[in-house]
Amino acid sequence: MSASGTLAVELKAVSRHFADVRAVDGVELSINEGEFFALLGPSGSGKTTCLRLIAGFEQPTFGTVSIFGEDSTQVPPYRRPVNTVFQDYALFPHLNVLDNVAYGLMVRGEAKASRLSAAEEALNLVALDGFGARKPSQLSGGQRQRVALARALVMQPKVLLLDEPLGALDLKLREQMQSELKVLQRRLGITFIFVTHDQGEALSMSDRVAVFNEGKIQQIGSPQEVYDRPNTPFVADFVGSSNVLPPTLVSKLTGRDAYASLRPESIRIGNGPLTGTVVEAAFLGAATRLEVRADETVLNILLPKGAGVPNTGATVKLHWDPDALHLMEGYYG
Amino acid sequence: MAEASLGARLSDTLWRRPNVMLLLLVLPPVLWLGIVYLGALFALLAQSFFSIDEFSGLIRYEFTLKTYGELFRASNFDILVRTLLMASAVTIAAAIVAFPIAYYAARYATGRWKAVFYLGVMLPLWSSYLVKVYSWKLILAQEGILNWLFETLHLSWVLEAYLAIPVIGGNSLSVSWTGTFLVFLYVWLPFMILPVQAALERVPPSMLEASGDLGAQPSQTLRHVIIPLALPGIIAGSIFTFSLTMGDYIIPQIVGTSARMIGQAVYQFQGTAGNIPLAAAFAVVPIVVMGVYLTLAKRAGAFDAL
Repeated sequence: MSASGTLAVELKAVSRHFADVRAVDGVELSINEGEFFALLGPSGSGKTTCLRLIAGFEQPTFGTVSIFGEDSTQVPPYRRPVNTVFQDYALFPHLNVLDNVAYGLMVRGEAKASRLSAAEEALNLVALDGFGARKPSQLSGGQRQRVALARALVMQPKVLLLDEPLGALDLKLREQMQSELKVLQRRLGITFIFVTHDQGEALSMSDRVAVFNEGKIQQIGSPQEVYDRPNTPFVADFVGSSNVLPPTLVSKLTGRDAYASLRPESIRIGNGPLTGTVVEAAFLGAATRLEVRADETVLNILLPKGAGVPNTGATVKLHWDPDALHLMEGYYG
Repeated sequence: MAEASLGARLSDTLWRRPNVMLLLLVLPPVLWLGIVYLGALFALLAQSFFSIDEFSGLIRYEFTLKTYGELFRASNFDILVRTLLMASAVTIAAAIVAFPIAYYAARYATGRWKAVFYLGVMLPLWSSYLVKVYSWKLILAQEGILNWLFETLHLSWVLEAYLAIPVIGGNSLSVSWTGTFLVFLYVWLPFMILPVQAALERVPPSMLEASGDLGAQPSQTLRHVIIPLALPGIIAGSIFTFSLTMGDYIIPQIVGTSARMIGQAVYQFQGTAGNIPLAAAFAVVPIVVMGVYLTLAKRAGAFDAL
């Protein structure tokens, strides 16, 4: 997706330890200019610490952080060409919306008239024109989120960092903001680095995803790559909750000694290589989820509406497209 | 058994009638505040509108503003100005000294160090006020620790030069306005530290990060974010330091010059001089000053962050 091929952010062998906790552990990351990049992982996986290292709120214990080719490891946050949308928005309660948005320009020493008109423009960008005179406490959660976005965007950052910005919004609003953020990013051409624990959000919004677990990056790739060809059982399970087949089962099926991922929606009932017993069936509305025990492994199967649902306890044969079984040959438990 | 059921019946009744419950809870403090506190205050206010008969020395119970007029006589007005200046100086100094301590406690101290902070701030409040004031007299006296320290360091000339300054200097620190000021500052400091610390405690760290993220240097963050957000706490603290200094009559009696402050004037007029109306008029001054001060602070937006 990179327009010019320059790197917006580069993390080289970056670690951040808190006492004896390795929050970020040897992370290598290159994010291209103009990219919408998601840092995905469960809580405590190091994704937020990674974002804070880029913003400058944390110093790496080891390694270097470069922003647009410049080593920024020792640069304080207020001198970095990046701006952040905070998870709790962090709007200044004593300033009204317009002054909040104009804050960065004010401390930079810009004249009152020009900074206020720039702030108006930024509010316009996030569809909040006319809200300038209100206090943050008079806004809804979604509106505060937009103010936080406008406050960061008015600085015309080279990189915008978003720390779970949609986490506090309800489902409907979150979906709306997802598409709005995407459109905004396309229009402005700024690099967005987006932290989320919601795999659906990461897959639908980003150009590339880095999947974090326990301070390490498990896999970097496009949403399709990460979903279709997970590198590790963790990625397979965390992104789209796949079935992870152990090597014993995989060697029976393919003759190869490796872990494999098999998506629940790829499995069908019919004449196939694996036989199992239905343990449980749950009606989900658009689909039915089956749990089938085959060879000591419990497989989740997602049957679309209309397909025949076998009874609990029935013996079934399972088949799938040969491509659907993805071997994770680089991973050895 | 019968008693238990009586208690149970009582709580059932109160549960069904929450208003009765509320009345029972609120009535004693309302009576206390209304009669004992406000009543006394109005009695004071009323006294200040009477005057004293200069020949008989008896109180004339007729409405007059003559007593308030007396406040503006040079000797009385000096007392007011002196007290206000002292209270302002103590308040400003207390805010400056308290802020870094409160900031450290709110932002960095955790666990054991937080306990040490609270203990350190509160411990002086556990000992008698008089003991503290007399200890300071010993510290500041001509033969005191401070003088000894300056002598040992061969810096007596600095102290002497300072004491030679008119108004704030004197024969020794213990009989100078500087001495009074230092003792006030020491005694009221906890009342400034605690509310400022409470206000800073409520400022989320992300707020400071956001300011830095938007390009503000630490000094700009201090000026545009931290101080405005701490202002309600500073104002709360200054209400204590300001009004406590204005009303105090013991510290300026023990440490300082013979010139009086409002508290001493009230003490003397209502006691030996028997001029209760003038004492009352003096006592009303701090109330009016605090009222004006809080109104101005509110206008200036000091409570916007609340």
